[in-house]
Amino acid sequence: MSRTEASRRRFLGGCLAGLTGNACGQGRAPAGQAKQDPAAGRSRVVIARDPALRAGGGPDSARLGKLLDRLMQAFYGVDNALEAWRRLVRPGEVIGLKVNCLAGKGASTHPELVEAIMERLQQAGVRSRDILVWDRLSEDLESAGYRIATGRDRARVMGNDLLGYEDELSAYGSAASLLAKALTQICDGVINLPVLKDHGIVGVTLALKNLFGAVHNPNKYHPNTGDPYVADVYMLPPIRQKVRLAICDAVSGQYEGGPSYMPQWSWPFNGLLAARDPVALDWTGWQILEQERARRGLKPLRDAGREPKWIATAARHGLGTNDPGRIERLEA
Amino acid sequence: MRALGWTALLALAAAAGCARRAPDPLPAEAAGWSKGRTRSFAAAELWRYVNGDAERYLQAGVVRTLTAEYRSRNGSEAVADVHEMSAPEGARRLFESEPAAGSRAIQVGEAGRSYGPSLTFRRGRYFVRLVAYQDSAEIAEALIALARAVDARLRGAP
Repeated sequence: MSRTEASRRRFLGGCLAGLTGNACGQGRAPAGQAKQDPAAGRSRVVIARDPALRAGGGPDSARLGKLLDRLMQAFYGVDNALEAWRRLVRPGEVIGLKVNCLAGKGASTHPELVEAIMERLQQAGVRSRDILVWDRLSEDLESAGYRIATGRDRARVMGNDLLGYEDELSAYGSAASLLAKALTQICDGVINLPVLKDHGIVGVTLALKNLFGAVHNPNKYHPNTGDPYVADVYMLPPIRQKVRLAICDAVSGQYEGGPSYMPQWSWPFNGLLAARDPVALDWTGWQILEQERARRGLKPLRDAGREPKWIATAARHGLGTNDPGRIERLEA
Repeated sequence: MRALGWTALLALAAAAGCARRAPDPLPAEAAGWSKGRTRSFAAAELWRYVNGDAERYLQAGVVRTLTAEYRSRNGSEAVADVHEMSAPEGARRLFESEPAAGSRAIQVGEAGRSYGPSLTFRRGRYFVRLVAYQDSAEIAEALIALARAVDARLRGAP
């Protein structure tokens, strides 16, 4: 068994443990609360890449961990990664990792990345049992290589189908949805872990759209290339208040044919992106995808009839900035 | 009266014909591949499988989607999706809507394309996609072999 495989098995095997439900830290003041006020300054987006990140078909776990450390240090401007994580989370908090597993293996948040984040959260003082890896459906998680874990003594890996939704609708603008209890009741803070990829209807799916996995009716929000739905869903208060950071899994990027996995339209980006500002991250990710489309001779998304106008709408909502002059793009 | 009786009989036969389906177009074993988990999604539930991507299948008239995970003897993994449409035109529309750039034509179904680690083909009112998680010439050929096994089951299906 390779080191990577052994390590992953340890992680997945350790994903047991108990949902303590509503008692898990509701009302505590979270650390690292994302500031959604673009007027306060420029929004930092860090891109870290490693050309040798891959080992065989997937990422090398050791290299991915180092890349993650480099990303976090650059994002927080600190000398060591642990200090960065301590700025993001506090001991005693319940931290959710919102992965994106719709596409199964190939175009989902890599378990190796989640494993690396979990290790660092624990080093920063978060208990294993206070970590929840979640997405819309448990079967999506399984398809992406995660093992469902619902026990009460270690980290949990579960879908909203097991965790449940609120009974009352939350609404903003065009959005009216039941929110996932993972977000509203269980987690004090959420780290958003989208994937860098194209979307056949709404153009791209990155940080903002990944929170479609926190509502019961995402299928209702795709008309008009997702505008203003993607922005409106993110305006729902628990999402705005609890998502602290987005770390985009860009080990591979997919520039066409998403959100399903299409290997023929994927390429090795070998990187990670981080931002507190989801609008800045989405705008940056969109430009990366457009560059790759241009390199491959594909039409820009605007000409393909699926420009992600909801990014501008999200900026108008005050969720962040899509003004390149106000995005501080750092290559780590 | 007799005409009415025949009409009713023909209507029943047509309804029964519409309900007929290929029993399971995804073989348990084929060309070195073994089938794992299989799922079925009716049109109204397809979004649970592909979320926003469901829209283009719905517009093309999807009736249901079958999907199965496959593992080869050497450990390679793949997913096979069989989209059953209401009419052959829907399968044709889906097939032709996807860029052919970087593909090569393959002799599977009524039209087929291999992109290397994935392929698509159509047969009657079925649109089929096979996707592997590894990329090599051997995988591409193994996918084509699996596709031929699926196609054989679809041949003659209603």
